[in-house]
Amino acid sequence: MLSLVTFLPLFGALVIAVGVHNRPALARWAALVVSGVTFLLSLLLLEGFDPGSHAFQFLEESPWLPGYGLYYRMGIDGISLPFVLLTTFLTPVCILSSWESVQKYVKEYMVAFLALETFVVGVFCALDFILFYILWEAMLIPMFLIIGVWGGPNRIYAAMKFFLYTLVGSVLMLVAVLAMGIKAGTFSIPALMDHPFSLVFQIWVFLGLFASFSVKVPMWPVHTWLPDAHVEAPTAGSVILAGILLKMGAYGFLRFSIPMLPDATRVFVPLIFGLSLVAIVYTALVALMQKDLKKLIAYSSVSHMGFVTIGLFTLNEQGVEGGILQMINHGIVAGALFLLVGVVYDRLHTREIARFGGLVHRMPVYALIFMVFTMASVGLPGTNGFVGEFLILLGAYLASKGVAVVATTGVVLGAAYMLWMYKRVVFGEIHDGVSTLLDVSKRELILFVPLLILVFWIGFYPKPFLEMFHVSVQHLLQQASVVKVGAMVVK
Amino acid sequence: MSVEMQDIQLIFMMPEILVAVMAMALLLLSAWTHKGGSGVVHWMTAMTIIAVILVIRVGEGSGSTFGGQFVTDAVSRYMKVLICLGMVLPIIMSRDYIRTHDMDGGEYHVVAMFAMLGGMIMASSGGFVILYLGLELMSLSFYVLAAWRRDSGLSGEAGLKYFVLGSVASGLLLYGISMIYGAVGATGFKEVAAFLATPDGHGSQLAALGVVLILVGMGFKVAAAPFHMWAPDVYQGAPTPVTAFMSVMPKIAAFAALFRILFDVFAPVHAQWGPMVQLLAILSMGVGAFAGLVQTNLKRLLAYSSIGHVGYILIGLVANTPEGMQGVMVYLTIYLFMTVGVFGIMVAFDRQGLGEEISDYQGAAHKQPLMAFVMAMFMFSMAGIPPLAGFVGKLSIFMAAVKAGMVPLAVAGVLFSAVSAFYYLKVVKVMYFDPPVGESKMFFSGGGLLVVTLSFILICVWGVLPGDLMAWTESSVKAWH
Repeated sequence: MLSLVTFLPLFGALVIAVGVHNRPALARWAALVVSGVTFLLSLLLLEGFDPGSHAFQFLEESPWLPGYGLYYRMGIDGISLPFVLLTTFLTPVCILSSWESVQKYVKEYMVAFLALETFVVGVFCALDFILFYILWEAMLIPMFLIIGVWGGPNRIYAAMKFFLYTLVGSVLMLVAVLAMGIKAGTFSIPALMDHPFSLVFQIWVFLGLFASFSVKVPMWPVHTWLPDAHVEAPTAGSVILAGILLKMGAYGFLRFSIPMLPDATRVFVPLIFGLSLVAIVYTALVALMQKDLKKLIAYSSVSHMGFVTIGLFTLNEQGVEGGILQMINHGIVAGALFLLVGVVYDRLHTREIARFGGLVHRMPVYALIFMVFTMASVGLPGTNGFVGEFLILLGAYLASKGVAVVATTGVVLGAAYMLWMYKRVVFGEIHDGVSTLLDVSKRELILFVPLLILVFWIGFYPKPFLEMFHVSVQHLLQQASVVKVGAMVVK
Repeated sequence: MSVEMQDIQLIFMMPEILVAVMAMALLLLSAWTHKGGSGVVHWMTAMTIIAVILVIRVGEGSGSTFGGQFVTDAVSRYMKVLICLGMVLPIIMSRDYIRTHDMDGGEYHVVAMFAMLGGMIMASSGGFVILYLGLELMSLSFYVLAAWRRDSGLSGEAGLKYFVLGSVASGLLLYGISMIYGAVGATGFKEVAAFLATPDGHGSQLAALGVVLILVGMGFKVAAAPFHMWAPDVYQGAPTPVTAFMSVMPKIAAFAALFRILFDVFAPVHAQWGPMVQLLAILSMGVGAFAGLVQTNLKRLLAYSSIGHVGYILIGLVANTPEGMQGVMVYLTIYLFMTVGVFGIMVAFDRQGLGEEISDYQGAAHKQPLMAFVMAMFMFSMAGIPPLAGFVGKLSIFMAAVKAGMVPLAVAGVLFSAVSAFYYLKVVKVMYFDPPVGESKMFFSGGGLLVVTLSFILICVWGVLPGDLMAWTESSVKAWH
């Protein structure tokens, strides 16, 4: 079942690659159908998932390279399930959003997106560390091509930077993974969670994993690939980047660093808090000064991901749950914001904030939608952003009051740059060129409706979402509180 | 050393005899037939080599003959199959090329077969003299092959450079062998190993100097930095199919010989050669990664890339474990197909005089989408990005390194691989992101298409399901002792 959800998009991609020639419309529809079916199948996962258990479910295992101790192992728990759903949900949205904006190499574009979906879903489902690594890196190839082929004017630089930044981090992770697997004699993720490692070993491995995950999140100061990649990527590419790829890094912390290396985690908490706080405040200030819409949202992503990492490393229930929820929120909201930028970019072919103004007069529906997502990004009560940020700050307060205080200034700054941006784009004098704009089309509206529903659903009634991962988070915290070093002494 | 007369079991060297006999027969055949006969020679060469592969596959167990001078076992058989593949695949794809460039005498094939014979003898050598014989046969054939393109000055230059530098390397190797002989009084691997294991041999400075010189000589042959200077020029100047032989086959033969030299003969002095090979590995990876960054000629780029690959493969030797040995074999196998595939595409471009500069591929994704995709996959595979076979090669090498406790070396390796990823990406970038210029067409001969397709399929399949490759190398390694 899990493999079906994972590999259906890749299979669809192969069929499209081989079967469709010179018929872009067919390629679009086929990709939409494949990703839609994948989403429906992933809902079946939700249906069959037992949130009352912290164990991995839908387990699959078959030998891959038994000589090396490598197995094909898949399974999900409450922490991975939301990300699987987020991925399968955002992919059709992305495909739909590129319906008109992508006109060259439509088939190849769709193939790349579907392949990307397979790798990303696989990353969240993999229960073998090497399998995880393979999918984690494989994802680079389609994303590299998406940015480089369909991106903006500076796309080559951005694609290269994206690829190389991520690769350098990843290869260090590979060594860490190998070291762990060889020490423990297995690459099975559940088994590695229970394996006691010495403190020094944990610290080295933690640094190896940190190199990879922190680039992906991205944490300050290795975040600089993100603004470039976001700005140059096509709209859907930005959505996938912000919505899903950034979550992979944080997911890595949750799945590997915290439960497998709890002692090292506790050692590194101050460092991560420090980097996250810098990210929150510094990138928020940078975002304030941006002239490019996409760049502004890109920096806001870094700032928001800073909240997420703080939440995860508070190592208490509120913080971690808030962190996970905030990741989902950010996936929805940042994704939607990039889509909104895409909407005006398709019409005006500029992203410069100064070129907009007075959109509300010509595009009232657009202005309304934009406002909702701006508010969600700011964290207004009633939207999903509030719930996530509130939980994180609560957790941070319990962990360290100082961190909570500094992080809160990030909320204020976030409100400042988002609202100021909204004011400049939507209100004010009608700018030249804006006067002829058409409001959102039906297709675009279809894109935003499910996102809007989610914003308010999580905002008003987050319980079903929190319940999905509540038990798993409790189990995670239990693992995080274990003193593995002590366990070794006893043994 | 006494060679007993009855210790001659020709059955062990059946494949080599077959190659030698067929090579001479084909030489005669091509002498008697007019140029029209070269097609016959071409296909007969290909078929002979395939037959030889089958003969090698039939062999089993291990044994030695000629007083231990000639050894055959599962590992040497595996390496010989690779040597044969490294020769037959470029031969199959070069039919068109040699016709276009007037290299179309039958001698081309015959010399190539002699090179292969030399490589096979190296893989089976049980003593330093026979090793040297095999190595010289292979090298001399390659000097000739490198200079074969009479319509290109670069080719002559390549041949000369290769000859001069190669001779120096052979001289050093021979000098090292003579040192060993001076210390031991024998050149057979068994005798040398036995001597080195004694306290006398351990402390023998003469023998130590011999070890160093032999390593230097072999380093030259595999183009490991800092003995790599010849590689870029020779790769660039040599005819493209010959470059394809050259970048793969001598390396396989040399590593097959190094297995025996390092793991068997020099095993007692591991403390001496270990750090040296480690240094070679690090330098090769570094040179391969950084010097490749500024190349604009694809052949030169591949030369530096091959230097880098040799660096990774050397890590497997440094590990000095069965896993390391298996890693070397896996990596060489995958490297063989990646390289041959890329050269196959270059050959297909050659009819137009294109394909050697990276800029020739500009916008290829727009003009030849399928070819560009295949080429891109080869490049990603060389960069070691999963789910392609190149990653499996790197994984097995790095796993062996980490298992052997050489984490810093593994870290250096992965970082250099990340640097080198840049120039592989550059090729992809040129094909996919840059706008197309001018007209270019691909002319795949049937053989070329076959080779590229085969390589592509193997690179993709082994990336996801390397089980059979692993099983085969593992069983060979297990039978090593």
